[in-house]
Amino acid sequence: MSAYLKSKTFLQRVSLLILTVLFSFLTTRSSAQDGKALFVTNCASCHNPFKDATGPALQGRAATLPSKEWLYKWVHNSAALIASGDKDAVAVYNEYGKTAMTAFPQLSEKDIDAIIAYVDGLPKPGGDGGSKPKEETPQEDNTVMYTIITLGLALLIFILTRVNKTLNKVANDKQGQPTKRETPLFKSKVTIAIFSIILLCLAGYWITNGAINMGRQQNYMPKQPIFYSHKVHAGVNQINCLYCHAGAEKSRQAMIPSTNVCMNCHKQINEYTGTEKLITYEGKEVNGTLEIQKLYKAAGWDPVKKAYNRDAEGNILATPIEWVKIHNLPDHVYFNHSQHVAVGKVQCQTCHGAIQEMDEVHQDQPLSMGWCINCHRTTNVQFKENDYYSIYQKYHQEIKEGKREGVTEGEMGGTECQKCHY
Amino acid sequence: MSHKKYWKGIEELEQTPEHQQAVANEFQQDLPVLGLSDKLLDATTPRRDFLKFLGFSTVAATLAASCEMPVRKAIPYAIRPDAELLTPSVPNYYASTFSDNGDSCAVIVKTRDGRPIMIEPNTLSTVTQGGISARVIAATLSLYDTARLRGPYVNQQPVSTWDKVDAPITQALANAGGAVYLVTGTINSPTTKEIINRFLAKYPGSKHIQYDAVSYSGMLLANEMSYGKRALPTYHFDKVQTVFSIGADFLCTWLAPVEFSAGFSKTRKILGKDAKNATMSKHYQVEGMMTLSGANADERATCKPSEYGKVASALYAAITGGSVNTGSKNVDKLIVAAAADLKKGNGLVVCNSNDVNVQVVVNAINSAIGANGTTIDWSATSNYKQGIDSEMVTFVNALDAGQVGAVLIHGVNPVYDYFDGEKFKKALAKAKVSISFNDRLDETTQACNYAVPDNHWLESWGDAEPRTGYYSFMQPTIAPLFKTRAFQDSLLKWTGADLATDNYHNFYNQYWVAKLGGQSNFDKALQDGVAEPASPTMSGASFSGNVADAMTKASAVKGGAYEVVVYETMAIGSGGAWSNNPWLQETPDPITKATWDNYVMMAPLTAKTQFDAELSGINEVVRERRVVKVTANGKTVSLPIVVVPGMHKDVIAVAVGYGRHEKVGRASTNGQNAFPLVGFNGQTFGYASEAKIEKTADLYPVAITQTHLSSENRPHVREYTLEEFKKDPRGLINERKEELKHFTHLEWEGHEADDPNADFDEEGFVKNGTMYPVHEKPGIKWGMSIDLNTCTGCAACVVACQAENNVSVVGKHEVMKSQEMSWIRIDRYFSGNPDDGDSIQAIFQPVMCQHCDNAPCENVCPVSATNHSSEGLNQMAYNRCIGTKYCANNCPYKVRRFNWFDFNGADAFADNQYEDGQRDDINDSLTRMVLNPDVTVRSRGVMEKCSFCVQRLQDAKLVAKKEGHPLKDGQAKTACQVACASNCITFGNVNDKESEIYKVRYEDNKERVFYMLEQLHILPNVNYLSKIRNAKEVLAGNGDKNNTRDEMANQHI
Repeated sequence: MSAYLKSKTFLQRVSLLILTVLFSFLTTRSSAQDGKALFVTNCASCHNPFKDATGPALQGRAATLPSKEWLYKWVHNSAALIASGDKDAVAVYNEYGKTAMTAFPQLSEKDIDAIIAYVDGLPKPGGDGGSKPKEETPQEDNTVMYTIITLGLALLIFILTRVNKTLNKVANDKQGQPTKRETPLFKSKVTIAIFSIILLCLAGYWITNGAINMGRQQNYMPKQPIFYSHKVHAGVNQINCLYCHAGAEKSRQAMIPSTNVCMNCHKQINEYTGTEKLITYEGKEVNGTLEIQKLYKAAGWDPVKKAYNRDAEGNILATPIEWVKIHNLPDHVYFNHSQHVAVGKVQCQTCHGAIQEMDEVHQDQPLSMGWCINCHRTTNVQFKENDYYSIYQKYHQEIKEGKREGVTEGEMGGTECQKCHY
Repeated sequence: MSHKKYWKGIEELEQTPEHQQAVANEFQQDLPVLGLSDKLLDATTPRRDFLKFLGFSTVAATLAASCEMPVRKAIPYAIRPDAELLTPSVPNYYASTFSDNGDSCAVIVKTRDGRPIMIEPNTLSTVTQGGISARVIAATLSLYDTARLRGPYVNQQPVSTWDKVDAPITQALANAGGAVYLVTGTINSPTTKEIINRFLAKYPGSKHIQYDAVSYSGMLLANEMSYGKRALPTYHFDKVQTVFSIGADFLCTWLAPVEFSAGFSKTRKILGKDAKNATMSKHYQVEGMMTLSGANADERATCKPSEYGKVASALYAAITGGSVNTGSKNVDKLIVAAAADLKKGNGLVVCNSNDVNVQVVVNAINSAIGANGTTIDWSATSNYKQGIDSEMVTFVNALDAGQVGAVLIHGVNPVYDYFDGEKFKKALAKAKVSISFNDRLDETTQACNYAVPDNHWLESWGDAEPRTGYYSFMQPTIAPLFKTRAFQDSLLKWTGADLATDNYHNFYNQYWVAKLGGQSNFDKALQDGVAEPASPTMSGASFSGNVADAMTKASAVKGGAYEVVVYETMAIGSGGAWSNNPWLQETPDPITKATWDNYVMMAPLTAKTQFDAELSGINEVVRERRVVKVTANGKTVSLPIVVVPGMHKDVIAVAVGYGRHEKVGRASTNGQNAFPLVGFNGQTFGYASEAKIEKTADLYPVAITQTHLSSENRPHVREYTLEEFKKDPRGLINERKEELKHFTHLEWEGHEADDPNADFDEEGFVKNGTMYPVHEKPGIKWGMSIDLNTCTGCAACVVACQAENNVSVVGKHEVMKSQEMSWIRIDRYFSGNPDDGDSIQAIFQPVMCQHCDNAPCENVCPVSATNHSSEGLNQMAYNRCIGTKYCANNCPYKVRRFNWFDFNGADAFADNQYEDGQRDDINDSLTRMVLNPDVTVRSRGVMEKCSFCVQRLQDAKLVAKKEGHPLKDGQAKTACQVACASNCITFGNVNDKESEIYKVRYEDNKERVFYMLEQLHILPNVNYLSKIRNAKEVLAGNGDKNNTRDEMANQHI
């Protein structure tokens, strides 16, 4: 790495630091932080700060409400408020298609205040969102230049050798000495041996590597039946991963949401109004609204009547969407999402990559056994936090004595065969 | 320790050349290369051809294995069911009730993604007390049986709509003129009885006949004569001090074996820590054949079944002070001793005879010893069996006389299991209309006009009342797989009910909500699976039968030179759907260890002297058996002889449930139907009759597993009499100290002589006996303890393991090659003189992978596919195994199993599949729904073995981690442990000093602990608790023929 590049990172760091310090003074400290988390976890699946979604746009909304107490009641149990005949509540309920808002009795009044503070404090999109870090200029690729130079030099060596030889021959001829006829390089046994060995090694390396990688699908990015953009949902709209992949905390499978989960929001959101264009891998532009129409078809939703199509017995006429599975593990591997998400507190992105930036999802990591094992070797378990580990007295003692900082999954037996193969 | 000689089979006792050869060869057959001719094997391959083949196969393998990955779909629900109801891959558990013609068992059904995959006992039931049987566990496989009918049939042809059966049947019933007969097995469901009554009321004059293929009519009628009640009492085996059984196999098949063995095991538990005051029930058995109960008895003698009346009378005489003379010295001795014990209180006498007079005498004895009210409860009667044989016979006669308009048959299969099935079949054709509710085209259904298949119990609502006042509820665990309809709904439909509103489910709800006093009570009962009286009462009944008359009649029964006993096996029972259940077919019979067939059980001496089945015929290594023709009651069956020590020399026994029609299922056709050998004495069916046996020239192979995988006479079990144990409880500890002291105490390292009162120094043994480093187990160390005293050998654990771990069924031919796959086997050891049936004693020892901490298998694996975990598990990584089989070779317990074929359709290559025509349905996509998704289905060429149910351990740990507390004792349970009705398997974390397993090993029962082959210093993680026999001598009868001590008993290898 060049000194220039180093200095650049240094500059970036300094500017980032300054920005952070500035920002921390400007915002309302911890509550905004909590507010963000709370908003993303609880509200973002139905509310957008700036525009109406399943529920109303939230920025500035609090100020228009009758009172703070009314808001608390509404959030804690909107159905009860509506049932009590509250005028404002009924109005809101009717305005938003009589979709009841989920009750959040777990949110304290302080939490609600924090959410409001966060939402109201958000800068309007399109406005000055603060100075963005400078875009890095892409590094120039010098490979072609180097190749040309190498080839040129090789040619030069070749020519010079030939010249040298010819001159030698001429000199010998002049002196009447016979020129020893050399075995040409390509017929020499040593050369052939060396080349064979090199070839064998390369072939072996290539075949072994190829064989090891058989069946692995890193960067696999199949075309899906619906152009579903994680970037739009998880990135732009900040919907919590667990809202759709509800199994990740509970079960082996993270679960792909069924159409009724999609419809929780898409009953209201029937067109794509995002500012960013949706572009496929091939570079074609996708009409987001048409993709939502595909969802309606699968879910059995009639967007005109705003109602589900039902059969005679009242069952919704929905058909499951046949997604193409991207992350495939062999059948003899037991993988459990809840073990990693709920117990290990591993972020989704650790294995799935920056999913919130992917329009089309690809397999980010190799999902090979070596990759799993490496992570198990280096990642610490929640040793002190989870009481399950209290029986490992030896390690607790060692931590106390300062001999170690944490216990890795590997030290807990996480690299043993029957942790994943049974 | 008694140094008696144990042997697995007679060939081991006699050390036949075949046996020695079998022991010397690790695998009893050559490599199973099928279809390769000698020409091909002898052909020479030129070098060029070899290179061509090599190149081709490399490229082919590369291409086949790689390149294109298939596109896989991930299809979510369209509308996901409520998250409370179903989270994909998280199992749900439902309480339900197993029900099969009166047999019922409260169970918990595990469903995964909507499919029932495992059945476990419901511990809330005080009737079954947390017990379960092999058959109940195997019911999941019967649910997914491909032979099940997939809709209604008319004249053997499927029809598309219910109307096509309902309309003509309703018409026919209306025209039957009241001569409508509903023939069922015992019905103990209160709501079904109500529905039946409604149906009978609709057709006045119609009758409901309960018919039991293996009936208890004799007892029902005897109880009517003795106590004025045509009912069976509840037997409290958990309260007995002395039990005397005359032929009744109450631990395996008699009446309610789950209930009885769970109860009886409570009286057989011994704690080493209070050895001085140890008490244990005493079990006497007199019987003709060798039953499982007989094998577990403390004292046993044999007699002919025709003499059961004499035995009962003699016992009555002994108790009332008379003289005892049955003609057999051994039996007399037993009776005198038993009479004394029975009089001490809490005695119980049971008998399997279906002869009313014998049962009256038994009632008299029970009354005389005061069993009524102490071990026999008349306040809550048992409802398992209610059939009266004579009613059925009367009905068949009426049917034969053409007096019957319509016959409806549910659950039973008289063409197959009626003693005169031929007559029934002919008579059935004379009925105007015949309807079967059976689940498959079995022998009777084939002879019926209509088949209206009932739902499987796992698909049904329902209830059972196994004991009066004790209700057990059934709820569906899966929607009906096929177009079948509840039996009750069919009956309702034919009474003209509109099933949309007036259906069984609604009736069931209303009935129970009313009876239990509200919806919430019913909901709770349904969730619990049972509703029982809050305070159980117990009462006796006063005996008022005519004993003298009964004794005269019972003693006057004439026997024959030979007598044949027709019996039910533990696995198949009386047939039904079980005959086509490959799990049960391949579960070795507890006594004979035979699979896939029925046969003639015969005493070794008789076989040798009378039927020229010289050593080759009594040898379990040689599979070919002499076939004999058995004639009884005018009917004949031809079956091979299997010799069983402990049989009376003049008694043979044949199991029912085999020899089924191929439409019952492809797995069911082996063997012969033994029901025709049953007799009828004008009052009740007789399951033991005089028989004629004729030798034939035929030989027939039988697949017997016991002598597979010999471990060459090394001492495996430790056995003491109760007296011995009480006198010297520390005997075993001292023996172990003596045997293992050269490991524990290294004199050259300065160890002093041991303190005689100290316990066995396990730590020293572990550390000093090896040059390997001792690996520590910092958190959890799994351990298992098996109590040989309460293990009855019932094989419920074997089937539970098969169901939990996707263990393959291999079929008869592979079993004959000793390539069965079961992860847990039950070794049966006999001792005594095989020529004297009275002297035989047996021990059962379940053996699975012992998870040795110093495992010999691990050292020899060239690819480290088997290695040790930090929790003490001996791990097996299938995907790493290359199939050298070195590990199996080096395992002293012979618990490793090799997949010679792709038995379960796990391979990508179709040609690897093994097909034998009988077990193939197990690979059908329907049957594969039974597989446990958490366990890999193994493919060809890999080794497998018990994993301590690692998937359950991992799951339990995950739950504990999510809840954020250390693993609780009992949170992780293995499948075999849960299935054990006698509760003889303890499992848990040995590092946890509060755990049950720690207490058993180091506190409560350390006096009885031993490890199998511990002198090898392989440090197994499974320990056994010594067998304590409540008998004077460990060896009964006239002693050990060879009188040689086990030559290996003191040998340390």
